[in-house]
Amino acid sequence: MADVTTLRTAAETGLSKLFEVQRLKLPGAAIAREEAFRYFEAAGLPHRRVEAFKYTDLRAAVREAAPPAEAPDAETARNAVKAARGFAGIEAARLTFVNGHLVAALSDLAGLPEGLEVVPFAQAMSEGHPLLDHLAPVEQTRENPIYQLNAAFMADGVVIQVAPGAKVERALHLRFVGTGNAPFSTATRVLVVAGDEAEVTILESHEGPDGIAYQPNDVLDVVIGDRARVLHSRLNIEGDAAIALSTISARLGAGSHIETVNVVTGAVLSRHQLYLHFAGDDATATVNGAAMIRDGQLADSTLLADHAAVGGISREQFKTVIDGDATGVFQGKIIVRQIAQKTDGKMKSDCLLLTDEGQMMNKPELEIFADDVACGHGATCGALDEDLLFYLMARGLPRAQAESLLVQAFLGEAIEAVSHEDAREAMIAEIEAWLARRG
Amino acid sequence: MLEIKNLVVNIEDKRILNGLSLTVNDGEVAAIMGPNGSGKSTLSYVIAGKEDYEVLDGEILLDGENVLEMEADARAAAGIFLAFQYPLEIPGVGTMTFLKAAMNAQRKTRGEDELTTPDFMRQVYAAADKLEINKDMLKRALNVGFSGGEKKRMEILQMALLSPRFCVLDETDSGLDIDALRIVSEGVNALRAQNRSFLVITHYQRLLNHIVPDTVHVMAQGRVVKSGGKELALELEASGYAEYRSNEAA
Repeated sequence: MADVTTLRTAAETGLSKLFEVQRLKLPGAAIAREEAFRYFEAAGLPHRRVEAFKYTDLRAAVREAAPPAEAPDAETARNAVKAARGFAGIEAARLTFVNGHLVAALSDLAGLPEGLEVVPFAQAMSEGHPLLDHLAPVEQTRENPIYQLNAAFMADGVVIQVAPGAKVERALHLRFVGTGNAPFSTATRVLVVAGDEAEVTILESHEGPDGIAYQPNDVLDVVIGDRARVLHSRLNIEGDAAIALSTISARLGAGSHIETVNVVTGAVLSRHQLYLHFAGDDATATVNGAAMIRDGQLADSTLLADHAAVGGISREQFKTVIDGDATGVFQGKIIVRQIAQKTDGKMKSDCLLLTDEGQMMNKPELEIFADDVACGHGATCGALDEDLLFYLMARGLPRAQAESLLVQAFLGEAIEAVSHEDAREAMIAEIEAWLARRG
Repeated sequence: MLEIKNLVVNIEDKRILNGLSLTVNDGEVAAIMGPNGSGKSTLSYVIAGKEDYEVLDGEILLDGENVLEMEADARAAAGIFLAFQYPLEIPGVGTMTFLKAAMNAQRKTRGEDELTTPDFMRQVYAAADKLEINKDMLKRALNVGFSGGEKKRMEILQMALLSPRFCVLDETDSGLDIDALRIVSEGVNALRAQNRSFLVITHYQRLLNHIVPDTVHVMAQGRVVKSGGKELALELEASGYAEYRSNEAA
């Protein structure tokens, strides 16, 4: 017993204590939470000797377990949202979360587009809502400590049902805003169940205060019916000291499509995990990421595309721009099971190093058990092309502006895939803002 | 007026320009001809301000001001324009975005107001029309997927929009078919003006049938070895560069 305790870090011990207090307070059956936390407890905070966390050492990064944030009072919530900029001004139905809690007064729960049904997560958990059977749609997440930590602590979120055949034109914006003067943690869970042939656009923005080491752990579970389409854009503009963990796990029905694009400028450490399970034949996925990081930041994108049906197509394109002493991580794995003939998977990670101090870690993997597939991966890393810079400067653009234009062009390739025009524009604006801060 | 005085340039310790002097007066079209490896492209890059070159001696004066002290963007704003031999493709940068950025950057450096969007569009469409550049090309990423001829026309379009004082055309005729050569040449000729001069770099006399020069200079071994009128180009076409090559060997 003594041996075990000595191996545990302060953060791990702290999390165990927090769980003991939270487990009885949190909604829903405690038993599932117990199971999730026992898994996490056994594994501990993942560190660099764990292959999947080789480049992102959470044990070293998470020094203390931040207490779960309480639901904010009305004024705090209003003030926090007033300053929120992620996807602000875009025509959408909004669901607002402040410190991980759904704020009904700042959400369009009453004015949702036709075909959408939204149940607050806490309520769904308390009622034992039947859709909750769809939680954790991808098996491999059960062996992921971040995901299991969320499963243990998930306090709020929403369950979103898209009626079969419904083409919901108005986007749904899930706005996550953090606020506070001391570290806190959040664990939110959003479950989207899109019926057969449904179509929905989901925008997600995550932001919070600078200088506070808050710890969000967000999970988006997505179950996509046959021939349904889910279009998802995500913005990580978290505060500069946040340790931001996030996971998307999606199960794709036959002929269905998911588009998910994640833009990262925020957090001192971020890890965005994507789990895609191609359950039905001929499903397609576009999975892109654009990260811009500078001094001291680490941005990790980790992807698992599991092709378990015939004819799936996946396209993954990740772009990372590194300025100064920052670290980018891309880990991508495509699994093609024996049954998944005619799978077409292409994965690419490109990195632009603006200075000599940055580093990029790329770990692409293919695990192919079928014999009739087309799969590939590629990774590049380099500086800005001096010839291109000269061409632009010879036309009168000062060096900084020429560099900015080339960086935008580099990242643009990952963002072009975003179908929602306003979301795409907002992402471009974030790139421009990042470049402007660079000066 | 552009004056180049005793220009000595190395690239990676290799002497490329070796005491080159040349004056191009306002309104003048000067042609530079010479064999491969005589330093013609280096001269164009050094004028435009590319950084890979080591200038050991000499001056390049634009209206009396030494441009060697300036970065490439400042030279562009001062009125120097280089039409590239191989215009670069820039994926992800829209042609219109680029044109607007370039025009406004130069205006800003010169302390002028930025162009309004309608003014900008009007200018671009008018200039593009003359060069037979259609709107579809303008919608694409800069030079991406353009043919050789289209790229050269895009260079001339930029030249027209940026209204430089001194234009360097680096083998603008290379890779052009007869029709494209005519369009490009007409584009250049339309820009000839009292207060604008040109340095036309070419291997062949053919281009000079279309853009008729006032002066012709032969370059060999990193300097101007002979100067004359437009008839010099015809002589070279007949006799070749053998005479100058033997000089090089000597």
